[in-house]
Amino acid sequence: MHELSVTESVLEIACKHGEKARAKKVTDIFLVIGKLSSIVDDSVQFYWDFISKGTLCEGATLHFKRIPAELICLDCDHKYTLDDELSPCPRCGSARIRVISGDEFNLESIEVQR
Amino acid sequence: MSENRIKIVEKILNANDRLAKANRQKFDDAGVYAINLMASPGAGKTSFIIKTIEGLMADGVQIGVIEGDTAPVTIDSDKINAAGMPAIQINTGGDCHLDAVMLENAIDQMNLTPLDLVIIENVGNLICPAAFELGAHSKVVIASIPEGDDKPYKYPNIYRGLEVLIINKTDLLPYIDFDMDYFRKGVEMLNPGLTTFAVSCKTGEGFDEWLSWLKAKISK
Repeated sequence: MHELSVTESVLEIACKHGEKARAKKVTDIFLVIGKLSSIVDDSVQFYWDFISKGTLCEGATLHFKRIPAELICLDCDHKYTLDDELSPCPRCGSARIRVISGDEFNLESIEVQR
Repeated sequence: MSENRIKIVEKILNANDRLAKANRQKFDDAGVYAINLMASPGAGKTSFIIKTIEGLMADGVQIGVIEGDTAPVTIDSDKINAAGMPAIQINTGGDCHLDAVMLENAIDQMNLTPLDLVIIENVGNLICPAAFELGAHSKVVIASIPEGDDKPYKYPNIYRGLEVLIINKTDLLPYIDFDMDYFRKGVEMLNPGLTTFAVSCKTGEGFDEWLSWLKAKISK
């Protein structure tokens, strides 16, 4: 898994915006992760504790918000939420489907002390 | 929202994506078509590349290969060199995928000017390479018959956002329980209408179709 490189990117973005806001400290980091983005929260947290040491973000709490994957059927326009396994349209059975959301992999906001 | 809350909304892999765009520009400037080739270990990536090199040699197509491996071995790049084409080996140091930074380093070591095509052999893995843009013009995935027909269902992300799917080792179909309809239905759900070539690196079956697709891209 690639959690280390992901965690490094999170740190880089959070520090950049913390500095820009002239923060003394970044206390919280809010991440938004779609169901279709593969990432293991615990593993990110594990790396985070190591790599954030000595930075503006040291000790910051990571908050993970998971959002579900939504699909649309290209044949009947039915919208539905992905459960566990990939499945055809529950209304018409078509396999022609498109992902509307669930790919998110964003750093949404940070909370700082000034 | 408190005043100490700062809204950002930035893609976590933004830096990688920016660098991938710069890589693409380098390929474009040199008139090179680039492919990010992904598959699980043992799907036949290197054999597929060599067969492709052999198939394009008669047309005088110049091909460079960038080999990504997690360990410092040159087995794959040696094979490419033996087939008469330049290869750059990237050792990811245990990392599970190539990213845009690693590719940038490899591009800088490679003389793109005489080349028409660059094939980037990603690390053998169906999960992580899917998340990292490299800057190639197309992503190609090789699925092989012995891996089983359930792979699109188990590794959906790699099948999304790719331009070509290769189904390799079709010569093994008589010996393995591989339900082609079930497999293709899974692929169709992830990537409707995906261009697919069924090939065998062993017998050469199906390569003509793949090579004509590729030649059309290179000549653009």
